[in-house]
Amino acid sequence: MMLPDPAATGLARVRKIEGAALGLRTPAFAPEEGAGDLLEVSLGPHHPSTHGVFRMDVVLDGERIVRLKPVFGYLHRNHEKLGEGTSYLGSMPYTDRLDYLNSMTNNWAYALAVEKLAGIPVTERAEYVRVILAELSRLLNHTCLAGFLMQDCGCSGTPLMYAFREREKILDLFESLSGSRMMCNFQRFGGCRVDPSAEWLAATRTLVDGYGAFLDEFEALLSGNEIVMARTQGVGRLPAALAVNAGVTGPMLRASGVGHDLRKVDGYGVYPRFNFRVPIGRDGDVYDRYMVRMLEMRESISILDQALRGLPGGPILDPKAKQRGLRPKAGEAYGRIEGPKGEIGFFLVSDGTGNPTRYRVRAPSFVNLTILEDLCLGHSVADAVIILGSIDIVLGEVDR
Amino acid sequence: MESPEALRDRLLARFPGVSVELVPNGSPSGQVSLRISPAGLREVARFLRDDAALALDQCSNVTGLDSPDREVVETVKESQPGAPGGPPVVIERKQTRIEPGHLEVVYHLYSVARRHGPVILRARTGNRTDAVTLPSLTPVWRSCEFQEREVFDLYGVVFEGHPDLRRILMWDAFAGHPMRKDYVEPDDYEWEPTPHGEVLAKARRHYPSAAAPGAVQPSP
Amino acid sequence: MLGKGLLQGLAVTAKNLVGSYHDPARYVTQEYPEVQPKLPEAYRNFPFLVSETADDPMGTLRCVACQICEKECPPQCIYIEKSKDKKPDATGKAQIYPAVFAIDTAVCMSCQICVEVCPFDAIKMDQEFAIAATDRFGGLLLNREQLAKPNAYYHQIHPTEAAEVDERLAAERRAAEEKARLAAAAKAAAPKPAVPAAAAAAAPGAARPAPAGSTAPAASAPVDPVPPPAPRPPSP
Repeated sequence: MMLPDPAATGLARVRKIEGAALGLRTPAFAPEEGAGDLLEVSLGPHHPSTHGVFRMDVVLDGERIVRLKPVFGYLHRNHEKLGEGTSYLGSMPYTDRLDYLNSMTNNWAYALAVEKLAGIPVTERAEYVRVILAELSRLLNHTCLAGFLMQDCGCSGTPLMYAFREREKILDLFESLSGSRMMCNFQRFGGCRVDPSAEWLAATRTLVDGYGAFLDEFEALLSGNEIVMARTQGVGRLPAALAVNAGVTGPMLRASGVGHDLRKVDGYGVYPRFNFRVPIGRDGDVYDRYMVRMLEMRESISILDQALRGLPGGPILDPKAKQRGLRPKAGEAYGRIEGPKGEIGFFLVSDGTGNPTRYRVRAPSFVNLTILEDLCLGHSVADAVIILGSIDIVLGEVDR
Repeated sequence: MESPEALRDRLLARFPGVSVELVPNGSPSGQVSLRISPAGLREVARFLRDDAALALDQCSNVTGLDSPDREVVETVKESQPGAPGGPPVVIERKQTRIEPGHLEVVYHLYSVARRHGPVILRARTGNRTDAVTLPSLTPVWRSCEFQEREVFDLYGVVFEGHPDLRRILMWDAFAGHPMRKDYVEPDDYEWEPTPHGEVLAKARRHYPSAAAPGAVQPSP
Repeated sequence: MLGKGLLQGLAVTAKNLVGSYHDPARYVTQEYPEVQPKLPEAYRNFPFLVSETADDPMGTLRCVACQICEKECPPQCIYIEKSKDKKPDATGKAQIYPAVFAIDTAVCMSCQICVEVCPFDAIKMDQEFAIAATDRFGGLLLNREQLAKPNAYYHQIHPTEAAEVDERLAAERRAAEEKARLAAAAKAAAPKPAVPAAAAAAAPGAARPAPAGSTAPAASAPVDPVPPPAPRPPSP
């Protein structure tokens, strides 16, 4: 498979402390182990490590996984059918409930798809505000993911609480802007719903300026921790070719060494104006997936800094852009953005009426789960838990 | 990347037995798609993936679509012999004809290596009842595995050659395909009356005493 | 050195442990419900109906039962029945009013689409979040008497937004009166104005046609020339 040259595309490779160089040994199964009977175990659905209501049907040979089938749909509410019965505007608050950690990016992806479908231009200021909110959302998501992943590894509580302390600050920003912490319902076709005030921007600036210090602290706690390294390095390796073929996107794909970031590839919104690098991993293991996210947050801080400095004036929403009663011409459009979990896309088919005839959500967590079995085969149950954690799923989006 | 027309011509030249049809798109998005006859779909997909210039190595999104049977009303003119000696009488008769529907699957293909896309493939089933088989593209792109299972689950398209075709979001004992346009949801599961609408009408039918619109229920 | 990372991590947790007693930035726990949260102005949870006055909420509802919010509400939690008659609203113009206006807060997802689509600024977002009830319908299906809250309350919870709304409404009223004045002047200039004017005067709601040069009523001033209909009995 051909991949773009990392040097040419502004990629930043994960710098990695090798656990092996420090004398750490990642335990591996001896080949002769496990000649006994197979044991089928149902991991979940009510298990804290499954990040929601999710089940893995695991067949074990001793402690080694020989088969793993993910079972989900417990949270299925036929989101796509709801979208067919709702107006274009009315679907916006429903998108909040897909990946409920990142309603801002879900909103953006949906707004982008409708804007493509109906040909609605977006105001300059709104494009910047969207970038600011998407990057805040990325910080929030990756911080939480690191906390959850450590929880899965067995570091109970502490990293997760530190992560949630920072997450709370970002949620406060979302709440003071959109009125809701998680269900923001913020983007509109052609812009955003509310114009951020000077006070809000100042508060965001304070958060952005302080976030690097938090990341330093967080990384001091985790990145060089020998237990974390022993637990995550060499676990759940995902080869680049399989990752691309299996439609894996987001930090998970980049951890496998593929520098594919829609912010660079599609250059949607005003991302081409910002200077940032795309972190990529080397081995595609759980540690790389963790580190790629850590590095991505540093880049997000840089993007936020640039966007806050460059935020232009002007209207946040084109008053001529129709929200209620939008009836796009018959046709279809697929719009996608780089969400914190990967490529989130909406495929909309219009028949000229006020409701889409088809409203499809391309959920990154759902597609990324495809290779869960491949990653877990040959590992232990405890490893399967952290592999699942490193994929970063939200069941609201998987089950829809 | 080459234009959709050029791609269609290249595919037609390369696969003589396969029909490749350009599907226009009225939206400003301008995302034109190619409708491929099911028999040749997998060969075309493999070609698109392996072709050096296209290198569509990622199938990003798989979507099911449902077009139900449509009732078409036609006016038929018939001439009948009129009164003896007179001219024949032309009688107009309205005739309804059922235009059979179909299921359709849409694949959005992108190239990670070459950074372009999307190329959109579509394939249609024969009808919505007994000819619902399409070739699976999971052998070409792993990313189709769960998404095709979802289309099978919610639309009822059977993917031939899929390694593990089971329901994915609904439970195994579930009957029917809920994303089809003509799907009728069961009358009474998780009955939750909203103040109005279909749900309320249904609630009235089932629980006449329980659902007066807007009116507040007496406290127990 | 093996173990360096662990020691570094322990230093971080020690710093946080000590800091959680001294450093306000690390002392984040709030003792709800003893300490009530300080809600930002933009905070939204469940809609309410704006009435101009507190003492006659049913007579001064801004809602004219146009049913746009009912149609647009994504989870379909609003139920409206139009009145058969008209009665004057706060500005004295004869309007249809909602005979029934119910919101099922068990279904409502506080998305505020209803607020955005309302052309009359009649429905706004509340900040009430502790509405747990043991009775699904009695407690959570709110009728218009329970939903109506005065404009003063709106000013209290969303001061900036409410001030903007008042300003806009006052401007609209001034423009409408200016138009009415011009129309009246044109009518007076016309040769035979008698018949339509008499018909208009006979209509129940048109008892107070805006006279030329009258001042616009203040947005929150109670204007209620006819007694309001008896309110529906409160729910049990």
